Amino acid sequence: MDNIKIKTEKLNLYYGGNHALRDIDMSIRANAVTAFIGPSGCGKSTFLKTLNRMNDLIDSVKIEGRVLLDGEDIYAPKVDTTLLRKRVGMVFQQPNPFPMSIYDNIAYGPRIHGIRKRAELDGIVERSLRGAAIWNEVKDRLHKPALGLSGGQQQRLCIARALAVEPEVLLMDEPTSALDPISTLKVEELMGELKKDYTVVVVTHNMQQAARVSDDAAFFLVGEVIEFDSTINLFSRPRDKRTEDYITGRFG
Amino acid sequence: MSPRTMFESELTQLRENLKQMCFHVEAVYDRLFAALENGDEEGVLAILEQDSATREMEKRVEAECLALITRQQPMAKDLRVVSASLKVVTDIQRVGVHVTDMAELILRLRLQELSGFSGNLPGMVRATQHLLHSAIEAFLHRSTEAARTVIEGDDEVDDLFNLVKNDLVELLKKDAAEVDDCIDVLMLAKYLEKIGDHAVNVGEWEIFQETGNMRETRIL
Repeated sequence: MDNIKIKTEKLNLYYGGNHALRDIDMSIRANAVTAFIGPSGCGKSTFLKTLNRMNDLIDSVKIEGRVLLDGEDIYAPKVDTTLLRKRVGMVFQQPNPFPMSIYDNIAYGPRIHGIRKRAELDGIVERSLRGAAIWNEVKDRLHKPALGLSGGQQQRLCIARALAVEPEVLLMDEPTSALDPISTLKVEELMGELKKDYTVVVVTHNMQQAARVSDDAAFFLVGEVIEFDSTINLFSRPRDKRTEDYITGRFG
Repeated sequence: MSPRTMFESELTQLRENLKQMCFHVEAVYDRLFAALENGDEEGVLAILEQDSATREMEKRVEAECLALITRQQPMAKDLRVVSASLKVVTDIQRVGVHVTDMAELILRLRLQELSGFSGNLPGMVRATQHLLHSAIEAFLHRSTEAARTVIEGDDEVDDLFNLVKNDLVELLKKDAAEVDDCIDVLMLAKYLEKIGDHAVNVGEWEIFQETGNMRETRIL
């Protein structure tokens, strides 16, 4: 039996009267890349955000069911969401570096968590930038503004920033949709490296990307998981006609 | 339901070209044995010329398959149809080569009637023709049921090969002077038997393109 990092049970989410996620039961394997695909508005990003409680920030949201991280419900009252988001990091569609130096971007999280020693921070910065495959490109300009980097570099910087607090899970919400093809490939390669140490969950509109990078894949449609399987199964022999129509581009 | 009109039209074109190639090779087979029956040496010689046409058709279908994979990145059933076409085209091309080989043997045999060597040979020629035709129909019409019939039907061609071989052995026992011709006829029978094997392959690729299975084993 594979090691399950995140398990959802009968997860339902409502935006006011809109039932946006319906009875989602999913087991996400540790040290694997899991991809969510589906048309716009299918709930895949909403579901991703339930995995580190990013939806808490929206007033009208109501969530039922459970999300278990290593067997513990992250929606239990005692849970500290800051610590939760340290364990379950997130990378967004648009690279969003802070308007500060490359170094300070990476050191920001560790500083918040109380790390002050220069040598320790130096180590974290280098390790994080190496982990995001951008160290060689920025090591000579660590104190230059992060906003001076290219889009692809900024996105890898954001991944490095997420790694700096030593998360266990990395959620990526369309992490390459704003990047050029070469930067996209670099981030895809990086996902393959990251899964050795982290559990990676990625939402992508790019089906070929899901096929390339993921080990497991889920197809979402109007708030439901239609099919969840190994990526090779989902893309070669989907069980559900709706999945087949979507992945072969014959959807609606 | 289908916004992929570009893919669909390219796939239709590919299938059409594959169909033309199948029909071409089938027609060449038929023409060879018709020419033999009519003692038409020119007709047999013409068969030798067709090989380059088959190869041109093969190249075109291969290029179309590879272009489709490159440009459209087909998934699931689409990928099975394209990859099955890429495999079938090779089997059909081999059949074309075997027909050319048989034409050369028939010329060497000075267009002698095959029934003079073995009473089972005309039946083997018909059975092989039927098997090839059925395999192509099964693939083009996408019928796994017809494909299974083809796969089972190959036993008949194999049995006929053994009967022909036995007939030739008996003939040689009686008249060793015919040894050269008998060996040529045996080779011709072997080519027929190989064409039967290619027909089986085409049937198997039909089942693959519907199911992803090759001989009961999943390959996609």
